[in-house]
Amino acid sequence: MHEYISYIVLLPFIGFLINGIFGKKFSEKFSGIIGSSAVGITFAIAVMIFFEMLKLPVEERSHIVTIFSWIAAGSLSINAAYQVDQLSILMTLIVTGVGFLIHVYSIGYMHGDKGFWRFFAYLNLFIFMMLNLVLADNFLLMFLGWEGVGLCSYLLIGFWHDKKFDTGGYKTGEATTSDAAKKAFVVNRIGDFGFLIAMFLIFNLFGTLAFEDVFSRASAIIPIGDTTMFWITLLLFLGATGKSAQIPLFVWLPDAMAGPTPVSALIHAATMVTAGVYMVARCSVLYALAPASMEIVAIVGIATAFFAATMGLVQNDIKKILAYSTISQLGYMFLGLGVGAFAAGIFHVMTHAFFKALLFLGAGAVIHAMHDEQDIQKMGGLKSKMPATYKTFFIAALAIAGIPPLSGFFSKDEILWKAFSDGSVVYFIIGWITAGLTAFYMFRLVSLTFEGKERWSHDKHPHEAPKVMTVPLIILAVLSVVGGFVGIPHALGGGNAIEQWLEPIFKRANLHLATGHHSGLTTEYLLMILSVFVGVAGIYFARKLYLQNPELVERLTTSFRNIHKLLWNKYFVDEIYDATVVTPIVKGSDKLLWKGFDVGIIDGIVNGSAKLTAWISSWMRKIQFGAVQNYAMVFVLGIIIILGILILK
Amino acid sequence: MTNLLTYIIFLPLVGGLLIFFYNREKVTAIKVFGIAISVLTFLLSLLLYFGFDTANPGIQFQHKVLWISSLNISYNVGIDGLSLLLVMLTTFLTPIALLSSWNSIEKRVKEYTIMMLFLEVGMLGVFSALDMFLFYIFWEAMLIPMYFIIGVWGGGNRIYAAIKFFIYTMFGSLLMLVAIIWLGYYASTQPNGQFTTDLMQLYNIGPTIPLTIQSWMFLAFTLSFAIKVPLFPFHTWLPDAHVEAPTAGSVILAGVLLKMGTYGLLRFSIPLFPQATFEFMPYMATLAVVGIIYGALVSMVQTDIKKLVAYSSVSHLGFVVLGIFALTEEGIQGAIIQMVNHGLSTGALFLIVGMIYERRHTREIVEFGGLAKVMPLFSTFFMIVSLSSIGLPGLNGFVGEFLILLGAFRSPFMSQWFTIFAATGVIFAAVYLLWVYQRVIFGKITNPLNQNLLDLSKREIAVLVPVLLFIVWIGVYPNTFLKQSASTTKQIVRSFEPQSTGKRYTRLAGQKQSNQISPLPEVSASEKLFELR
Repeated sequence: MHEYISYIVLLPFIGFLINGIFGKKFSEKFSGIIGSSAVGITFAIAVMIFFEMLKLPVEERSHIVTIFSWIAAGSLSINAAYQVDQLSILMTLIVTGVGFLIHVYSIGYMHGDKGFWRFFAYLNLFIFMMLNLVLADNFLLMFLGWEGVGLCSYLLIGFWHDKKFDTGGYKTGEATTSDAAKKAFVVNRIGDFGFLIAMFLIFNLFGTLAFEDVFSRASAIIPIGDTTMFWITLLLFLGATGKSAQIPLFVWLPDAMAGPTPVSALIHAATMVTAGVYMVARCSVLYALAPASMEIVAIVGIATAFFAATMGLVQNDIKKILAYSTISQLGYMFLGLGVGAFAAGIFHVMTHAFFKALLFLGAGAVIHAMHDEQDIQKMGGLKSKMPATYKTFFIAALAIAGIPPLSGFFSKDEILWKAFSDGSVVYFIIGWITAGLTAFYMFRLVSLTFEGKERWSHDKHPHEAPKVMTVPLIILAVLSVVGGFVGIPHALGGGNAIEQWLEPIFKRANLHLATGHHSGLTTEYLLMILSVFVGVAGIYFARKLYLQNPELVERLTTSFRNIHKLLWNKYFVDEIYDATVVTPIVKGSDKLLWKGFDVGIIDGIVNGSAKLTAWISSWMRKIQFGAVQNYAMVFVLGIIIILGILILK
Repeated sequence: MTNLLTYIIFLPLVGGLLIFFYNREKVTAIKVFGIAISVLTFLLSLLLYFGFDTANPGIQFQHKVLWISSLNISYNVGIDGLSLLLVMLTTFLTPIALLSSWNSIEKRVKEYTIMMLFLEVGMLGVFSALDMFLFYIFWEAMLIPMYFIIGVWGGGNRIYAAIKFFIYTMFGSLLMLVAIIWLGYYASTQPNGQFTTDLMQLYNIGPTIPLTIQSWMFLAFTLSFAIKVPLFPFHTWLPDAHVEAPTAGSVILAGVLLKMGTYGLLRFSIPLFPQATFEFMPYMATLAVVGIIYGALVSMVQTDIKKLVAYSSVSHLGFVVLGIFALTEEGIQGAIIQMVNHGLSTGALFLIVGMIYERRHTREIVEFGGLAKVMPLFSTFFMIVSLSSIGLPGLNGFVGEFLILLGAFRSPFMSQWFTIFAATGVIFAAVYLLWVYQRVIFGKITNPLNQNLLDLSKREIAVLVPVLLFIVWIGVYPNTFLKQSASTTKQIVRSFEPQSTGKRYTRLAGQKQSNQISPLPEVSASEKLFELR
């Protein structure tokens, strides 16, 4: 069955070609069906492969399917080959499953858009690239997917390229979605620079870029704490911070919300942004050999989780709040990876894909109903108008807030527990506070959007979304509820099926990690209770404040004006980058390099030497007066001088 | 068949001469004939491609006739893995360039077509000459048609640009001429030697020249090639020449002419003067890396699209030079494929710029904006070509850049910092191309003159599609092309390989990574250079 993997990758690409080349002539319905079924069939095949893998004994579950030799030069030989194993099939299921639902949803959401067919073509291309990313059996093919999803992200953020876009800070009023798209691509490229150099180091060290070879050799011969391995993992992580929007490269993701909402759900929440997490998990062996890098991953993760959550507290754009929430949740995942809880990180990738996709799609339904209004201050009371959206959104909010037994509880708790037992208390405390903040800003969002007074003008007539949009919401809601059951920890009597499933993938890494669960069961229960408590508290205060005491919110805002301003402006990171990096480079290139050096100095010398020649010539020309007697005179003088020299000598 | 290469080189000359007999009023007939000749040349060159033995690293399709017996100069042409792809690139781009100028050249169509065909002869000759004297003649002869193409059919400041182009190049080539003569003379001072310009003989003699003299020889050749590439800081003729040249001129200039410089480095500078190559390698690599970053940054702030593309060539060719001087198989293979890539991608970019210039008669970026609305097909082509130039994996540019950077990184001869700095060029490429794309294509149409622009015509599609085909082909399955140059590359590299460090790449764990330039190999290793030839 696994040999069908090439069809999995190929189908979305065919969908892309069909819609991309002929789409203009298709009806919306046809385009939508082509696009959705390309992903739907893919998902079905993935499910079949998955079930077959389940039947096989553990050691026979991993396969490599080689399609053709991609690049061969010198000692480099890269195959277009796919690795079907426990990790990649799980990611494939998430990408195609959630992807399929979002495709279906988009049929309703993009209805009436001129670029309907183009939208589906790009979405299919994205799925194709994402599948290459997760299924690749080597770094270079993964890099193809890695950059490819970046391209799709670029194309889709700027899908409505002439639309004005509020960046909430710099360039106010004049930015369009194409600015956001370009920013996303360029920031990602900075990360990709790290990825590239890491690949060179890996190739230098191991003479190959194929995962299996690299990992087995690394595991066998590299000692823990190797310097080169530190640089490799750190540079790979730089790539991850770009793709997965972590400090310092997170700045593109909030702006990426300029794209159509299904794009935000699929690319900027459920799948693409988790690519960094996937990559680090895939390279778990390498990280296990570089404890310093692990530490950095964990610190960056927890710091991002916390700071993004604080920024999410005060935003008013429904999608921006979700964007900061995504950054924050990704931070959790990296925290998990950083403390060696690779399976927990991937588990959170999965549950997050369910509830965050659901949140975004719900937000999309709201934006649709409110005629492109995204400011939650101008919403309220939508609960009765859009019951299905409200209910599913509420479930997702509970899931992300970590309320048991919803999926988010299990995955987040697993990470926090591992952060405590294998990391440090500090990680746990910050993670725990962040969990409270998460619950708070999510229910601030729910309260302001769906509950309380209606703050919109009544010519809007919001109404529930069509079935094609609500059915995916309901499916995702179910998944958000039950998705966590595959990872019920032993402490609660579960088998942690997902950890077991992924165990062979992380076996090598775990060999090198000193992960003893020294803390006892009591501690685990205690921490669990603590995190449920903080989640409930966050929900309670949010509802209390925003539903019952709106004037208190006002008062708090004014009395903590400076903090509010700092958070509102996202710690001025964009402005700082602009002033310290972007402007100096652009200005310097223009004034110094081009006009100063190129035109001034180099061409100055070139044209100057031409002028000098002309000047010398014009001076020399004076010798040629044309009067014969003068020539004769010079002639005689010359002879006299020569004779004089000869005689005197 | 033995004369096949000669037929290919001179077919455009014959075609050009035949056009002299055409009535200058019959513009269409002249255009069709010109294109037919260039297409025929391309078809003939396919015979080279299919008849080429990829396992043989040496010269194939050689055709040698004694020419000036007193100086032992012969007409000697042939191709190996280095030249095959460049010959193909030339025959491929010439008909495209001719087709692209169907409407844009309005005056003196007859002379224009003749010049383009003569230009092709010069280019093909440069890539296949195996006699230094013959090479020099082709090298210089090619300047003349290019000079006229810029000077007659160019833009407003064309005379300045044409003269600058001519004198800049001429300056370099004169030094090369001196070096060629000196080489021939040096050969005659050898035991049983006689004056020769035969490249194969000089390959054996060159490495025996004492280092001091080798260095001067190397510099004389390399300066000439560096100007052509153009390597920073010898690049300032390029923006002027490109901006003033007609579209087809720019396509050929960027697509093929610049490659003569990098080809020259690989064909002459490096194998003839191996010890000097080692001496100058750090400087060459430095200039290459500076060019990559500098070209990209200066490109970013241009206001004229064509100038932007011109400066981007400085950046891209910097990659090629870096790959060449890495002296690793990956690096040189990457450099060769990148020469082809740059010809395709930048050639296509110039075609694209030409297409909007024909519509609006301006190339100022601010004049445009929102073209996606009125020219969707054009926008799609522009996007794909930009992505190829940015080096997106799956398209051609990535293959070349990756191999070059990888080859440079693992080169035993240069510091890894060169690669690290060079790789930042990957970021800047995205900045300048996406920025110009955004300003031209995205957004609302702000200038009413852009409101009614027509999308691509059938002819314009026919011009772009073949280029695009190869952009994708090389990106997805580069082995078709990589294997053509593989064995020749291997032979070049093998002659440089330090014998002592055979196990260099499988170093054991825990050893400290060395960022130092490895010690130079023994001179004797490189003295045995090219015996196989």
